[in-house]
Amino acid sequence: MDPRRTSSAQWADVWLGLRIGSDIALSNAMAREIIHAGLAHDAFIANSTSGFDAYRASVEDWTLERAAIITGIPADVIRETAHAFATADRAMICWTLGITEHHNAVDNVLALINLCLLTGHVGQWGSGCNPLRGQNNVQGGGDMGAIPNKLAGFQDIETDHVARERFERAWNTRIQPKYGKNLTQMLHAMAAGEMTSLFVIGENPAQSDADAGHVEMALRSLDHLVVQEIFLTKTAELAHVVLPSTASWCEGEGTVVNSERRVQRCRKAMDPPDGARDELWILSELARRMGHDWPTPTAEEVWNEVRLVAPDMFGGMSYERLEQLDGIQWPCPDESHPGTPYLHARLWETPVVGMRAPFTVVVNEPPSEQRTPDFPFLLTTGRRLESYNTGVQSGGYDSPLHYGETLDISPEDAERLGITEGDVVRVSSRRGSLMVNAHIDPALRENLVFMTLHFPDDVQTNVLTIDVSDPKSGTAEFKACAVRVELATTVFQVEHA
Amino acid sequence: MDIRPIDAKPTAEERAAVDEALGLPTSAWDGGARGSDRDAHTALGGASVRGRRHELVPALQALQSHVGWISEGGLGYVCDRLNVPPADAWGVATFYALLATTPRPKRMLHVCSDIACRLRGSHDIERALEAACGPAITGAPSGDSVTLDDAASAWMHSPCLGLCDHAPAALLTVAGDMPRETSLGSVTPEQAVRLVILRSAQDDSGGAQDDSAGDANIPQRGDPSLVLLRRVGVVDPTSLAAYRAAGGFTALARAIDMGPDAIIAAVVASKLMGRGGAAFPTGRKWDAVRREQATPRYLVCNADESEPGTFKDRVLMTHDPFAIVEAMCIAAYATGCSFGFVYIRAEYPLAFERMRNAVQQVRDAGLFGNGFDIELRRGAGAYICGEETALFESLEGKRGEPRSKPPFPSQSGLFGKPTVVNNVETLANVIPIILDGGAAFARTGTAESTGTRLFCLSGDVALSGIYEVPFGTSLRALLERAGARQLQAVLLGGAAGTFIRHDEIDIPLSLEGAHAANATLGSGVVMAFGPEVDMRDIVRRIAEFFRDESCGQCVPCRVGTVRQEEALHRLAHNRAIGDVDTELALLDDVGVAMRDASICGLGQTAYAAVESAINRLRLYEVDA
Repeated sequence: MDPRRTSSAQWADVWLGLRIGSDIALSNAMAREIIHAGLAHDAFIANSTSGFDAYRASVEDWTLERAAIITGIPADVIRETAHAFATADRAMICWTLGITEHHNAVDNVLALINLCLLTGHVGQWGSGCNPLRGQNNVQGGGDMGAIPNKLAGFQDIETDHVARERFERAWNTRIQPKYGKNLTQMLHAMAAGEMTSLFVIGENPAQSDADAGHVEMALRSLDHLVVQEIFLTKTAELAHVVLPSTASWCEGEGTVVNSERRVQRCRKAMDPPDGARDELWILSELARRMGHDWPTPTAEEVWNEVRLVAPDMFGGMSYERLEQLDGIQWPCPDESHPGTPYLHARLWETPVVGMRAPFTVVVNEPPSEQRTPDFPFLLTTGRRLESYNTGVQSGGYDSPLHYGETLDISPEDAERLGITEGDVVRVSSRRGSLMVNAHIDPALRENLVFMTLHFPDDVQTNVLTIDVSDPKSGTAEFKACAVRVELATTVFQVEHA
Repeated sequence: MDIRPIDAKPTAEERAAVDEALGLPTSAWDGGARGSDRDAHTALGGASVRGRRHELVPALQALQSHVGWISEGGLGYVCDRLNVPPADAWGVATFYALLATTPRPKRMLHVCSDIACRLRGSHDIERALEAACGPAITGAPSGDSVTLDDAASAWMHSPCLGLCDHAPAALLTVAGDMPRETSLGSVTPEQAVRLVILRSAQDDSGGAQDDSAGDANIPQRGDPSLVLLRRVGVVDPTSLAAYRAAGGFTALARAIDMGPDAIIAAVVASKLMGRGGAAFPTGRKWDAVRREQATPRYLVCNADESEPGTFKDRVLMTHDPFAIVEAMCIAAYATGCSFGFVYIRAEYPLAFERMRNAVQQVRDAGLFGNGFDIELRRGAGAYICGEETALFESLEGKRGEPRSKPPFPSQSGLFGKPTVVNNVETLANVIPIILDGGAAFARTGTAESTGTRLFCLSGDVALSGIYEVPFGTSLRALLERAGARQLQAVLLGGAAGTFIRHDEIDIPLSLEGAHAANATLGSGVVMAFGPEVDMRDIVRRIAEFFRDESCGQCVPCRVGTVRQEEALHRLAHNRAIGDVDTELALLDDVGVAMRDASICGLGQTAYAAVESAINRLRLYEVDA
């Protein structure tokens, strides 16, 4: 399922080229079809879920015909997909940013969870919901508490008093029971002058975040910006202090956690370049300069502390066992536990143990910006195979597939606008405008264009994107904004006229 | 997209050729026109389109036979249709000699320049063509694109066309809406020139003897002792009724009465050995596939007869095609194969047509039981595809590069499924085994080599052609029958076989007899060389053949066949590095490396004939 027919879509047996932001329409229509065809897993629903009646009522309007109009996908294809999903022995829904980079990201995810609950494709080997991570340690970042509302091990900082007290004992300090700000909220706070100092570790928000002009203004307004990095990124260039650190995947020790929740050892393979410092040393040294007598622990000592403060998740994962078992999937509470290949198995116990899994009523909401006569295209952003995010890590290397940033446009639109391959076009949104080479791509349909954020030094795609975000998750709507596309020569003529 | 499509567009002619082979596109995503709202929002395909990968070679062949070559636009269209990356399809298109990726005229004369035709004057044909029509076209990329009008014509060298009994031979191919291919025998230089410069389609034969009109050379025709050749030249090969009137399909009926176990027991008892060259026991092959659990299982008839000097399978398919189809039905029934392929070398247009006709008639008559069916596939000009695993790769739409064994075809063959692969002549033997019983079959021949064998006699003999004799017959008796007179040497078993000295021809023609004489029967080649023949030229041609036909996959063969040919050229021109003995020692080193370390039989036998020319014929002794 992707608005573009990507190379993954070409590999697929069925491609559902939905309209941008119509994910919930598709999910709800599949649900209605599954229910009406008698393919819902009634026993599982009765035993293990809650809220089904309200959910059933909420999807009742989503006939195949209505969904076909909203999503663009032919009704028969939606029906076949629904039946195939419901009748499969095992089925898994995997997704990435196409689901989450919307203003209603959480609702999109909930709609998919609903489908898994409806069919019982959860809590069993080979089934379930699987958000694929774009980096080796996205999962690990969250696991270790690098999110505003959780301590390490996803323990709620406000509501889980037992956990918070465990941390307080271990650290011999008091922890405020208070949620922090997510990235979007931080940017707003900076712009409003409420946040005046920022410490950035291994991120490049100056180029990776929506509405880049606004982000740069916010960063420039800070009293003090510290960036700890292995490259001098655009963000680092704005910093008052840059702390060069080691590349943790090869120049230091530690662990990462991958998409399947598997904690894996990282080992030092080479010495860092002169001047680069180990991340643990930097943090400890900062503490010492602030007057706290911190030792510099080894990575294993830090990990053992994680095991101590988040025992339900990591308690059984000694370095020795991680090595023996080629990594362990959490939760792993004690040293006799083999790890957990899949979650939510409890839902299959009768009667169910613990909380029932809730259905959630979700409403289809189109993207914040729609096509208008002035901005007749929807721009969706994403990645290309050979590049990586803002290009900090991939832009410096040659690849036969590197051909710089392009605006990808359908052959039909290109012909209509007189655009040929490689022509320079001007792309404008309500927030900004840029020049870029056009690439005619049959994977796109009319009125849909595509760009990436891989080459921000040449083409700053995020001057176009919109700064609306999901209030529940803080993710920005990178996947949809309305733009205008013109042949650059035409633009000049107009400007000079 | 990580796969960059080819920008060049197909011509209407190219599109039509490919669509004829593959059927019409179903959507914009497999080559159809864009614009439908449905295509903008959905595509089916994926595994089902990739499942058509095996149609890649037939699609490329369609371009070749209709357009005369495979342009970038044509290749790109095939890629769109089958969801194959262009680089991958290019690798396939450039692998096969009869697929051209540079512009080639529609009318092409392929002149056999291999050993049997050399003995009968192919050099004269080549000289006449060079003088009248310019140099031969080569497969090398030309760089510039050439505009060719429909009337353009040219000629090129060809490896053995399997028409050694009609040497010197040529193959005429005329691309177009109605592609024509004609095998031509006993070609004179004048005829060859006329064939190339002829502009009208009226008389494609140019006066040469056309195999499609002529008889097979069967000197023993009508001899009641014949088994495999009994119907050849006697029974109408185009009529199922005539085949049945001559007793055809009684063996299949008998086999169905016997049941699979009894059929395999009979084949095992017959001690039938494969006739393609490797002489593996057929019964063991069948039994192994029968015991496999996986389905579907495939039956493949290896009709890619390309060993220089070999033409027996061509004769069987052309003149007794129903027998091969009947034998395939029996083999499939015994081994539980649900589908059969016949892979026929592209240079046999008449054999292909006769087999196509036979399969169609048998299908129409409802004689394929249990949903069994047979599909014919044409080779595309690659000797290596006679190697069974290379043949599988080719059938799967890939470059014909042999696989490492194990796994053997009986476990994992075509499409990774258990596969019976048998040579044409091997299958022909199944019918007498069923009709007479395995034990009776085994009474003919010798203890280790049962039944009769087809030998392909060519070269300096009065009556070239196919001879059927019981195993154990002496080589001398066979040569005398064919009217051989004074000889300096005989090539036994083909280019991958061995040279025999004139004083060694008393060896018995059996597997054990050949083995004892340190020779091989191979595919049944017996090529005679009179006293006037320049044997060094023949040996050099054999080396050139292997160098050209090496698939290039493994280093010993890819490099070794080149080094071998270079050394032979140096020896021929008295420019040995060091002295002759050093050069011969180098040849032996290279040859042993190829034999020991090559993946498949091609590299393993590429030194055999050269070695025998050195050690038996003493061709390179300093005082020779």
